[in-house]
Amino acid sequence: MIRVENLYKSFDNKTVLKNISVEFEKGKTNLVIGRSGSGKTVLLKSIVGLFEVDRGNIYYDQRNFVKMKPKERKNLRKEMGMVFQGGALFDSLTVEQNVGFQLKLFTNKTKQEIAERVSFCLDRVKINKESFKSFPSEISGGMQKRVSIARAIVLEPRYLFCDEPNSGLDPETSLVIDNLIHEITIDLDMTTIINTHDMNSVMRIGEKVFFISEGKLQWEGTKDEIMKSEDKHLQNFVFANNMYKKYR
Amino acid sequence: MDFFFHVGRYFLFLGRVFSKPERKKIFFRNIFQEIGTLGVNSVGLVIIMSIFMGAIITLQMVYNLTNPFLPVFLIGLGNRELLILEFSSTILSLLLAGKIGSNITSEIGSMRVTEQIDSLEIMGINSAEYLIFPKIIAILFIFPFLYILSVFFGLVGGLVVGTSFGAISPTDYINGLQHAFIPYHFSFSIIKMLFYGFLIATIPSYYGYYVKGGAFDIGKASMSAVVNTDILILVFDLVLTQLLFK
Repeated sequence: MIRVENLYKSFDNKTVLKNISVEFEKGKTNLVIGRSGSGKTVLLKSIVGLFEVDRGNIYYDQRNFVKMKPKERKNLRKEMGMVFQGGALFDSLTVEQNVGFQLKLFTNKTKQEIAERVSFCLDRVKINKESFKSFPSEISGGMQKRVSIARAIVLEPRYLFCDEPNSGLDPETSLVIDNLIHEITIDLDMTTIINTHDMNSVMRIGEKVFFISEGKLQWEGTKDEIMKSEDKHLQNFVFANNMYKKYR
Repeated sequence: MDFFFHVGRYFLFLGRVFSKPERKKIFFRNIFQEIGTLGVNSVGLVIIMSIFMGAIITLQMVYNLTNPFLPVFLIGLGNRELLILEFSSTILSLLLAGKIGSNITSEIGSMRVTEQIDSLEIMGINSAEYLIFPKIIAILFIFPFLYILSVFFGLVGGLVVGTSFGAISPTDYINGLQHAFIPYHFSFSIIKMLFYGFLIATIPSYYGYYVKGGAFDIGKASMSAVVNTDILILVFDLVLTQLLFK
């Protein structure tokens, strides 16, 4: 479980996050939705500590991340996995080296054990063996995202963060990525937070949905409740697509 | 104010760079990789530049020092002193700041804008130490060798061109090289190279590490990194010459 309390974050006197308080549940896919520029990415990056918050607290299962010393934060980060918008794979390393990177650095596993774990994780995200030796630039965007997921789960993290995992992907690949993240969340009993503005993802895997508008938490509920919500901001966002108006 | 902001952030950045490596084995492997990328890949450029500079210095000496009252061996001596004291250390470093510096800024800058550095941080890795510390060690290790290589090929270039143009005999040239040699000049330049190497490794890394934006900003950062490194090399040349060469 991750709990955010009264979070504020500003850049150059512009307040981006205003008094955000949310609780992300364990074993569920928690989706943060909102327009581009609403503060979703800033919220996610503040939660993982890439941005220092101005005010507020972030609890990882009762451990206050904001008040932690650098060494404690470093240790906690070994329990995190993150899938970035662009994949953020290391372009000088092959697919298998990317996935095995943390195993080499943080574990005492033998080469054989590392190879087995890497192979397991890549199989889990359905990457075929022929691509193991490829560099990120040699594989498709969808495959890069899947490798990124494999890299994020290689140390079996307790917390998974995904920043717009479907951006730039076709609907079919998006479906694969969504299902994959959902399955892994259940299998590993992780607390997963996904930033997205893709309503298809919301309707597929949005067990808990948080709607951010202009840096504030505007609404929260489940994917079923979202259609019945009377919140005007949320309606404008959700029903921007006519398909969902018909669905309603 | 901007100047003080950058100076302050640069020293804080160095504080992060000089941290204990996560895994020594990986750290040493990265050092060897950087020696290859930043050092060995520069050997060709150093040799070509040094040969031509040695040759040009010799020809300039021949054209400007032709005087019956001056011994001919002064050409070899002048070439040696110019190479040892300034060209193979300072001028070479100015050129390497362009080659190696822009390489470092664009590599680290690309990693920044594609979130690869954020990715390292999320893994609990000190990205500054992991990416930059091996580069500093590699450059400090390889720079004295590049200096020695440059002096050698500069002298060879001078010998080949000077003798083939009939301006000086090989014996006079070699006599000039051996005349009044002061070994301290060599040590002085090696010390300078270590300072320059440190600047070339850290300033472009700093610019790359804090770049924001996209390809255009990486280009701008590379340019600023090279210009500022060059200026600081010249400032350090002045200061070190004053301090160490009295």
